[in-house]
Amino acid sequence: MIWLDTIVQGILLGGLYALFATGLSLVFGIMRLVNLAHGDMIVLAAYLILVLVMTLGLSPWIAVLIAAPVMFALGWLLQRVVLNRVLGPDILPPLLVTFGLSIAIQNALLEGFSADSRRIPNPELEGASMALGPINVGVMPMLTFASAIVVIVILNRVIYATPLGRSFRATSDDPVTAGLMGVEPMKVFAVATGLAMVVVTIAALYLGTRANFDPAIGPARLIYAFQAVIIGGLGSLWGTLAGGIIIGVAQTLGAAVNPEWQILSGHIAFLVVLLIRPRGLFPRAYD
Amino acid sequence: MFTRRKFLTTTSATGLTLAASGLAAPAIAQGRKIKLGYVSPQTGPLAGFAESDAYNIARFLATEAGQNFEVIVKDSQSNPTRAADVAKDLIISDEIDLMLVASTPENTNPVATTCEAEGIPVISTKAPWQPWFIGQQGNPGDPSSWRPFDFAFHYFWGMEDLGAVFVGMWDQLDTNKQIGGLFPNDADGNALGDPDVGLPAIFRQAGYVTHDPGRYQNLSDDFTAQINAFKSANAEIVTGVVIPPDFTTFWNQARQQGFSPKAISVAKAILFPQSVETLGEAGHNLSSEIWWSPQHPFQSSLTGQSSRDLAEDYEAESGRPWTQPIGFIHSLFEVASDVMGRVTSPEDPEEVAAAIAATDLETIVGHVAWNGEGVPDFAAANVCKTPLVGGQWRRREDGGFDLVCVENGIAPQIPTAGTMEPLA
Repeated sequence: MIWLDTIVQGILLGGLYALFATGLSLVFGIMRLVNLAHGDMIVLAAYLILVLVMTLGLSPWIAVLIAAPVMFALGWLLQRVVLNRVLGPDILPPLLVTFGLSIAIQNALLEGFSADSRRIPNPELEGASMALGPINVGVMPMLTFASAIVVIVILNRVIYATPLGRSFRATSDDPVTAGLMGVEPMKVFAVATGLAMVVVTIAALYLGTRANFDPAIGPARLIYAFQAVIIGGLGSLWGTLAGGIIIGVAQTLGAAVNPEWQILSGHIAFLVVLLIRPRGLFPRAYD
Repeated sequence: MFTRRKFLTTTSATGLTLAASGLAAPAIAQGRKIKLGYVSPQTGPLAGFAESDAYNIARFLATEAGQNFEVIVKDSQSNPTRAADVAKDLIISDEIDLMLVASTPENTNPVATTCEAEGIPVISTKAPWQPWFIGQQGNPGDPSSWRPFDFAFHYFWGMEDLGAVFVGMWDQLDTNKQIGGLFPNDADGNALGDPDVGLPAIFRQAGYVTHDPGRYQNLSDDFTAQINAFKSANAEIVTGVVIPPDFTTFWNQARQQGFSPKAISVAKAILFPQSVETLGEAGHNLSSEIWWSPQHPFQSSLTGQSSRDLAEDYEAESGRPWTQPIGFIHSLFEVASDVMGRVTSPEDPEEVAAAIAATDLETIVGHVAWNGEGVPDFAAANVCKTPLVGGQWRRREDGGFDLVCVENGIAPQIPTAGTMEPLA
């Protein structure tokens, strides 16, 4: 019973990790850009939602609907104005820029919101649970998991069934040839980053209701997101979900043995997958 | 403009207070301001502890005694390595006369160690004394090798006080005396969670059994393992030293997974009203240690303010709720100015260190005197204990929280304002 509970909780935790990772996976898959500021972007979005909830008295769900387009615009601008200038054959400059961005966002948030630990209030849901057979699961983790699936289904529709997605895939495969066919990679990149920021906003809602956040908390969330992306395989969003679940279950199982093993067993699961499938479980692109 | 010279004229003309005239003596001899170095974590995860620093320093410099001082503040960025670096900087480049430091062992220890090595007196506070004293020893595992310090002095409470306060609170409830322990894998968690010398040992003596599933990593996203362990042990009490985000995650998951203890008493996570407010209704009747509050019946030796006055002044000035560190940061400058008022040559570290050791002062956080009272012999010269009580957060109708003192077994001079209530 305890084992069943542990595994179910691990799968639900995987949903959270997958949400953290999907935006990263999208950006990484399309433009090979490793966004080290991804965790800080999630925290930034969480503050944006918090501000909307606190000042306008909105429900967090409505606040997300307002925050998402704002974050899309921010991502679009960021890509157009900053990141596009540093993309190139050398992967180091964008890495450095996003690293700097991470520090800048943290300190700007610290300046604006102080170091207080904050939380997006959602009193009806945060302690709510439902019985799933013999075990109790939280409503919030269930919603997180469901959101991860919905986000991935929608993104996959966009990528595989729309002209925009076609240009994403074309640019990802070969930006030069895609350019010859009339696709402007820089514009495509900007839209992709914007979309990633929409996903980031959804992740921020769950991060902010699940636990407290403060300006410095972003980078700690980044490593699991990276691992989920790598385990899943480059360019596969379902793979990212699978990666998140593998890390989540490994963590809860490890913790059930001894809490000291919680984080380590997630990392071990990651290394084992890399040993067996160095390209991840479901790699889409080979490059 | 109020200058030092003007201050001296006015003090001699009006024959001001004892403290101020005492302070004037070294200032005249020196013809310069006394330099205080202050290392504080102004940014980074520990910044909450340093929130009132700027306020307290400005208030201190505005007092009559404060006119004789210059305070040089350096930001440790919540990083122990940087704390040691800026401490060295203060000693060598700024040539400070006395170092002040506060806010968790991560900040106090590197600074105190640097000062001890450089032979500069340091007054430290706001870290339980065991991690401060033992943590700075060459071999913390071997008590026979522990040595007292010549220049480092600390005042705060210790683990034994924390244990006594928690037990005092739980004794007021009808429980099965089974405790679930949440101790992370960090300096505090390892020290306080140690089954032989940590809190579980203190609880055992009081008849409580601690179930500790093991050290977890800070910023964990999942506490299912701990919740299942506490459920199967039928724990009715939860304790530990938990950082705020982890506590929220734990308490949410516990409620989602149907675990409802009668008491939750944790250190660290729910010290500040801001962190409790983030919990909403779920914060009602959580309990924590109180080192200072507006209800503490003490007065500032510097300004004559009561604890209540200080808290209200801070709230009016900053527009933010009072927090426990305010009183301690204030007291740090009380002690510094008292010490410097009793020395003739502030640049002589030996004399300043001797003056610190001879301190006997009623401050806003209680009596500060390094007389070894309540402290084991090995640390008696360097550690002074301030009173600790226990409190419960009570939610008001408007969503705010009041910290109500419910347990004063080891500090009866601080009045209680209620009794311990079980969680719903």
